[in-house]
Amino acid sequence: MIRFDRVSKRYPPGVDALSDLSFELDDGQMLLVGGHSGAGKSTLLKLIAGVENATSGAVLVGGQNLGSLSRSALPYYRRRIGMVFQDQKLLFDRNAYDNVMLPLSISGFPAREAANRVRAALDKVGLGKREKALPIMLSGGEQQRLAIARAVVSRPDLLLADEPTAHLDAQTAADVARILVEFNQVGVTVLVATYAHELFPGARRLQLDHGRLRT
Amino acid sequence: MKAWLAHHGQSFALAWRRLTATPVNSILSLVAVGIALALPAGGQMLLSGARELAGNATATPQISVFMAIATERGRTNEIGSRLEKHAGVRQARFLAREETLSRMKSNPGLREVIDALSANPFPDAFVVSARDEAPEAMDKLAVEFRKWPGVEHVQLDSAWVRRLDALLRLGRTGLLLLAGLLGGGLIAITFSITRMQVLTQRAEIEVSRLLGATEAFIRRPFLYLGLLLGLGGGAVAWLLVAGATIWLRAPLAELAGLYDLNLTLRPLGLVDSILLLACAGSLGWLGAAFSLRQNHGQS
Repeated sequence: MIRFDRVSKRYPPGVDALSDLSFELDDGQMLLVGGHSGAGKSTLLKLIAGVENATSGAVLVGGQNLGSLSRSALPYYRRRIGMVFQDQKLLFDRNAYDNVMLPLSISGFPAREAANRVRAALDKVGLGKREKALPIMLSGGEQQRLAIARAVVSRPDLLLADEPTAHLDAQTAADVARILVEFNQVGVTVLVATYAHELFPGARRLQLDHGRLRT
Repeated sequence: MKAWLAHHGQSFALAWRRLTATPVNSILSLVAVGIALALPAGGQMLLSGARELAGNATATPQISVFMAIATERGRTNEIGSRLEKHAGVRQARFLAREETLSRMKSNPGLREVIDALSANPFPDAFVVSARDEAPEAMDKLAVEFRKWPGVEHVQLDSAWVRRLDALLRLGRTGLLLLAGLLGGGLIAITFSITRMQVLTQRAEIEVSRLLGATEAFIRRPFLYLGLLLGLGGGAVAWLLVAGATIWLRAPLAELAGLYDLNLTLRPLGLVDSILLLACAGSLGWLGAAFSLRQNHGQS
């Protein structure tokens, strides 16, 4: 599913975020990417999402080399990926329902099917009764769950989550982690950048240190 | 096709929501666009009225040949046959002095004056249409007719029509210039509003891109916003012109009546109205497109 082949990423003016990184992740696996702040966890996710390009090496997702992906093909590639951002990136002028609806509107889903999917996604993360609420009215944990609902509503093959349990209390963090594990259990490949490995028992781990794989 | 239509429907609805989210700003923008469009639209309406006035008068250049009042009818008939046989004359219509008197008497404003006169003050006359209507040829004919015996006065009747026509042409050119300038103004207004919207919606644009939105998907609501601003402004302009027509109609008719002219203001017709809205919508769309081209990359 995902293959990193000697991937390096350098940001101007010469900061190495990732150096010579190689690993593989099969379909349906769950991978935790750990490391200290600035270790390169977010950069790794951004490379997979096509938000950044590798400076050298190859990132392959589903056999597709992202370096050769055209600008016009990139949006369609991103529709196959669910992303939970570190800062959630919710739209604060739209209610929970409309936030989750956004990826389906972008993909051009028929209205009725889209509505069913949105409600199912909100139910799955426990926000079924809060679809009219604006994000500002939700707690931190609820906002994170809303971000997960938006990431999974398109039923992606691959779910990327960047520090999804950061800034959450222990119980809420455990709830969010459980939701991600449940998606993995139904066959979704899940890649989580986190330092809270204990919330995902049994998951494969990849530890980064200054952009390099720590063995 | 259904998905494509749904996309456009969503974009239109989003543009409408954005427009109505700040009603005061939107109304002021629509009024600004409306006033900018009302000036050329109103000018077009005034020109149509003036064109109609000029159209009522003959647009074909004619020469009026007036005989001396004392000329005998026999001499006048002789002039008539000379005119008919003249190679440069296409048609010569005889107006007997009695006929002219009776036509003038039918004008209520003139009847009393004419009745006060002891004799018919009008001469026999011919209205001549020339084969060659070029000004030089007409002048040449007039000079020739003046030399004929019994002819008192020769007048080129079309001069004022030509002057009015020249004025109308000037008016049309001025109107086109004004329309171009104010159309540019409309583009500038929608350019600026779209730029503000792009900056306001920066977060949404970023999220949409990350979720797989194409550039066309992101741009579409802004283009519809420009279209709505243009169409709304066009509608405001139409209302302003219609209001001005109603307001000015009576005083203008009164003024025209004093000069014995039949000048009436009519509201914009169906074709002109559709043209106004189509131009306004297109200019709004164009302003938004320019703005997106300029500002979208920075968002």
